[in-house]
Parts: sequence; structure tokens; C-alpha cells
Amino acid sequence: MRKIRFILEKEFRQIFRNRGMLPIIFVMPIVQLLILANAATFDIKNIKIIILDQDHSTFSKRLVSNVNASPYFALQEPSDNTEQAEAALKEEKSDMYVVIPPDFEKDLIKEQNADVQMIINAIDGSKAGLASAYFANLLANFNVEMASSYGLKSNAMLTSNSNSKSIAVTNSNWYNQFLNYKFYMVPGILVLLVTMIGAFLSSMNIVREKEIGTIEQLNVTPIKNYEFIIGKLLPFWLIGLFELGLGLTLAKIFYSIPIEGSLVIIFGFAGIYLLAVLGMGLLISTITETQQQSMFISWFFLVIFILLSGLFTAIENMPEWAQRITLFNPVRYFIEVTRMVMLKGAGFSAVKSQFVVMLTFAFCLNLLAILRYRKTAS
Amino acid sequence: MKKLKGFIVKEFFHIFRDYRTILILFGMPIMQIMLFGFAITNEIKNAKIAVLDHSKDELSRKLVEQISASEYFTLYANLQNVEEMKTAFEEAKIKQAIIIEKGFAENLYKTNQANIQIISDATEPNTANTLSNYTQVVIRNFQQDLNKQQQSGVMQIEAEVQMRYNEKLKGVFLFVPGLITIILMLVSAMMTSISITKEKEMGTMEILLVSPLKPFQLILAKVIPYLLLSFLNACIILILGNYVFGVPVKGNLILLLAESMLFIITALSLGIFISTRTDSQQVALMVSLMGLMLPTIMLSGFIFPIENMPLPLQVISNIIPAKWFIIIVKSIMLKGSSFIYVWKETLILLGFTTLFIGLSVKNFKIRLA
Repeated sequence: MRKIRFILEKEFRQIFRNRGMLPIIFVMPIVQLLILANAATFDIKNIKIIILDQDHSTFSKRLVSNVNASPYFALQEPSDNTEQAEAALKEEKSDMYVVIPPDFEKDLIKEQNADVQMIINAIDGSKAGLASAYFANLLANFNVEMASSYGLKSNAMLTSNSNSKSIAVTNSNWYNQFLNYKFYMVPGILVLLVTMIGAFLSSMNIVREKEIGTIEQLNVTPIKNYEFIIGKLLPFWLIGLFELGLGLTLAKIFYSIPIEGSLVIIFGFAGIYLLAVLGMGLLISTITETQQQSMFISWFFLVIFILLSGLFTAIENMPEWAQRITLFNPVRYFIEVTRMVMLKGAGFSAVKSQFVVMLTFAFCLNLLAILRYRKTAS
Repeated sequence: MKKLKGFIVKEFFHIFRDYRTILILFGMPIMQIMLFGFAITNEIKNAKIAVLDHSKDELSRKLVEQISASEYFTLYANLQNVEEMKTAFEEAKIKQAIIIEKGFAENLYKTNQANIQIISDATEPNTANTLSNYTQVVIRNFQQDLNKQQQSGVMQIEAEVQMRYNEKLKGVFLFVPGLITIILMLVSAMMTSISITKEKEMGTMEILLVSPLKPFQLILAKVIPYLLLSFLNACIILILGNYVFGVPVKGNLILLLAESMLFIITALSLGIFISTRTDSQQVALMVSLMGLMLPTIMLSGFIFPIENMPLPLQVISNIIPAKWFIIIVKSIMLKGSSFIYVWKETLILLGFTTLFIGLSVKNFKIRLA
């Protein structure tokens, strides 16, 4: 036990002596957490729209003013012709343009039917889909409005006829009533940051001693393999938990993130999770020769873990094989647990299986790291 | 010149001797583009939902059938009571629950009015929103079928929609430019910052400094191999994107490659700058990874559209070089823009590069402390 204490003392001294490292470990993640939490929103507002009004009638002007009043659209300077509108689309000055053809009003009144054209920049497919849906909605409302003010019948009016049936739908959003994106992103980003700090620091640790040559000094001490790994692991474990606590406190203060469930479960899970992440880092550290290599390998895994964690895109939407891969992704479980416990207030029984999986990960990875560590230079 | 060549050859040896790094350097982009192309999607399919049908009549059953027939939903369970629903939500078994009131069909036939409640798990706001929209569409269609009224004499504005630049709304169109950018940014900045600090840390910098080469030649020799490797990487992603996922290069390929080259130089010069400010590989790596990874992913417009962010963040996003490069790549690849459309962004990237190089020259110490 005393041997572990010595190596712990050495590690802590090394960490706190390194002035360049301290801000990276403690300040940068927190700043990123607070800033980046604001970046994440799929909410679409202010879609830049150009209206090419070739009709210049009362109807078309009314439509333009409706677009102007909508919170979803930001009306841009009108263009004179399609070439201009097309160029604006290309230069990203607008996201879409709408062509109101000549005789729009005449057709509508005479033939009850008129066409408009929507041209949307669809590079971001989901945004384009929403933009077209919003505009279609706006057109439908416009339809009703015009119909009632000009005594014409409209499709929507028919449905509100006295003898037609209607189903009222009420919508409630549980656990996050106002669809606040921060409630969803902040715990996730925090998980990522803690993971990155843990994995990068630990994966560089042993290999750094190898590269500089100081590993030989440790190898000649009477310390046992498991003591060595524990001594290397504990400092980062504590730092990780501290970071999580700090992040949660700040998230609570700045963004009033709800913590419905028990913090004991969160920290209990985080403890096991960090063991797994650090174990992975140390394992990488023992099998590589240079810091560069170990960094690359941990980067490789982390990028995959992050992208397949369900934070940026939901796991259920992935194809079957990809979903199966995520079963081996520790980040996925931690994000699941933070969401379930923090937002839904789930108790221990709901996250039991995640605990079991994570314990298995932690045990296997650390066992491998201990077995892989060789005191004799190969 | 011959001396310089010698140094470049030395660097290449360094890189190629380390087969693990090489493997990852090239394996990484391939792996990532496959993941993005095949696995990662914002489209919602087969979301698990549950139904709490208090009515259990012919109409409610038909509605449930229609909802579960949709490709967006999979019916996870028919619930018996509210308690069951709560547990299912808590255990994250379902994303949405639909509650049908008692006497649904009776109400519809007698009073023409019936109620349905949709409850969504809003821990993921985006999914919640989309799912409840989908459900409402199904319910509206169901209602319309029930009513089946005559269509004559109805005023209607029809909208013809054209999806420009990405007709099939493929997600990979957006991801390929983003992926190129992120890989180039991280790999280039990281590789250079490590390789220079490594020489410092190992003490071999001293040996290099006493060589007859000028400092800038030294740096050049360090950078050129990574420039070539990164460039090769960019080409691999472009080729994969094109052949596997059908992401086109509509604009001038040479222009696209030249812009990529410029961006690689920007990233490399950022790497050099980081290395002049740090003394150990550890710090250099942490700065280039921790400092660049999340901001580049999140603030460059890669995943989250910049125009939806709050204003301060939109301002901050301007100092992320990746943002400008993504705009350039998107314009050239997907819109077929020519240089006149992207000269501003190009100029900004040039500005970043000059800034980084200038700062590095100022910080570069020919003597060791």
C-alpha cells in the first residue's frame, strides 16, 4: 500500500508542477462546456428567403408580408430575376427563393388554383426539408386567409365544416417541457470532455516515461504490476471526478440544468466509467512506443466513440450493424445514464444493466493493462 | 537545397518507420467516412413508441395500425396503464407514447370530436419534435380519410419544390466537406506540433539548430512530409465520397485541390505556432486535440448550422479556420462555384496562415532556454 502512495505522490507532483498542463486540464474543458453548450441547436429559425414576385398583385404582396411576419423566415432584398436569385443561393446569401409567377392572383381567383415555385439549397438535407415544410404550412394558412377574405372556399375550411370529424391532438414533452437543447447537450458535452481528458492523459502517461527513459527507474523499484497501474490510474480518476463535479456545478449555475435523480448514481457510474476509460488509455500506453502513436490510437477510438455515442445523432436511427458496434462504446452508456438520471430521475434499478456492462469493461481493460505491462524492456 | 532535401528525406523516414501511425493516419479517414456515410444519420426511422389505448374500439385500432405501419415508428408495446408508460419512459424503452381517450370512436361519431394525447421523451428535443410531427401527420391523414369530402371548388396554392444541389437530401453531402475539414485540421495541426516539440523534448532540437540550415528551412523540412500526407488523405476522402456515396465534385477539381492545399498549410502553420509555444509533446498534443477537436466539430457548421447559434457564438465561429474552409468546399463541390464566389473565404484563410506564421517566427527561438 505504501508503494502505491509513493507513486501517487509522484504523479500528483508531476501533474501540478506542469504549469502548461494545468489550464488545459482544468480551464479549457470548462470554458468549452459553457461556450459549446450554446452551439447545439437543430432549431431552424430565420431561414433566409428571397421572393421573386413576378405578379405584383394584392395577393402576392400579401403573401410577401406574411413571409415577412413569420419567425421562421428572414426576408432578404428582393431579386429582379431568377439569375440573381440563383446567384444569391450560390453565394449563401439566401437559403431558398420562391417564385410567384405572373397571373398568380388571376389564376387563383378564376381557376381556384395557382402555382408557386420553391427552390431550396439542400446541401443540409434536414434543414431543407424543414424549410419546405414551413413554407408549405405558411401557404396553407395563406390559403385559408385569402379564402375567407375573398369569399372563396378553401380546403382547410371544408374540414372545419360543421359535420366533419376532427381529432384534437395535445402534445406534451416530458422531462424537458420547453425542448431546451442545453438540457440535452450539456451533460453530453461534459461526458465527452471528461472522457477526452481521461483517455488522452492516461494514454500518454506510461508511454511518456518510456520515451523519456524514466520508465527504467520505475522498473527497478520493487513495485508490483497492479500497484503500478493503480498508482498511475488513481490521480486521473480523481481529476476526472473533480472535473465532472465542477462541470455539473457550473452547468447548474449557468444553465439551470435539472438534476432530477440522485447524484450518487451519477458519480458512482462516473467512477466505474472513468476506470474503464483510464484502463483503455493505460492499455494503449503499454502497447505503444511513442506518445505520438498512443495519441493517434486514442484519438482514433475517441472520434468513433464520440460519433457513435448518440449525442449528435440518435443511435436508434443507425443501421443494425452500427447499433451493434455502439454496444461496445463506453461513452454511449455514460450519456444514456446521465440523461436517464439527470433528466428523468431514473433510479438505480433502471440503470442496473449499464452498471453491469461498465463494470465488465473496467475490469477487462484494466486486467489487460496490468497483464500487458512488462517491467523488462523488450 | 540539397541539404534541405536530406532533411525532408529524414522526416519521411521518421514517419514511415512508424507503421502504426501510418496505419491510423490513413485508416482513420476511411473509417470515418464509412461511418458517416452508412451509420450516422439524422433521419428518424423505426422509433420505438407505445400506445395506451383506453378505448380499444375499431377506430382506435385502425389508427394504431396506421401509426405502426409508418416506417418512422415501431410499436414497442400496448400499455395497460399510465404507470407502465412511466416505467417505459424511465428505462428509455420508448421515445413516444400515444394515449387514446376512452370512447374514442363513440365520441367521433356522436360529437365529431375526439382527443388524443402525444407524450414525447424530450430529453432529445430534436427527436421529440420530429416524432410528434410525424404522428400528427398520420393522425391528420386518418382524419381526412374519415371525412373524405368532395374536392371541387376549392382554392388551392400548389407549391413545386426543387431541392437544389442535393436532390435526394442525402446527409453524406453535408458530412463529406465537414469530414475533410476536420481530418485535415486535426491531423495537420497535431502532426506538426508533435514532431517539432518532440525534437525539443528529446534534446535533438539542439542538433538541428547547429546544422547549416536556416530555421525556416528546418521548419519547412518538418512540414513538407505532413503536407503531402494530408493532401493524400484529402484525395482519399474525395475519391471515397465520390465513388461510394456519389458526392459529386461539380466545380473545378484543380481549384478544390488548391484550396485544400491552402487549408492544409493554414493547419500546419497553426501546428507550428502551437509548437513554438509549448515545450513538451504532452502539452502540444493536449492543446491541439482538446483545444481543437470539439470547437472544430461544433463551431464550424459541420453538425450544427452556424446561423442558428446565438450571436456571440456566431462571432466566435469566425475565428475557426475550419468554418471558412467548409464554406469553400461546399461551394466548389456541391454548387460548382468558381473562384469569384469563394475569393473572400480564400483571403481569410490566407490571412490566418500569415498570422500563424508571423506569430511563430516571432516566437521561434534559435537558442534553447
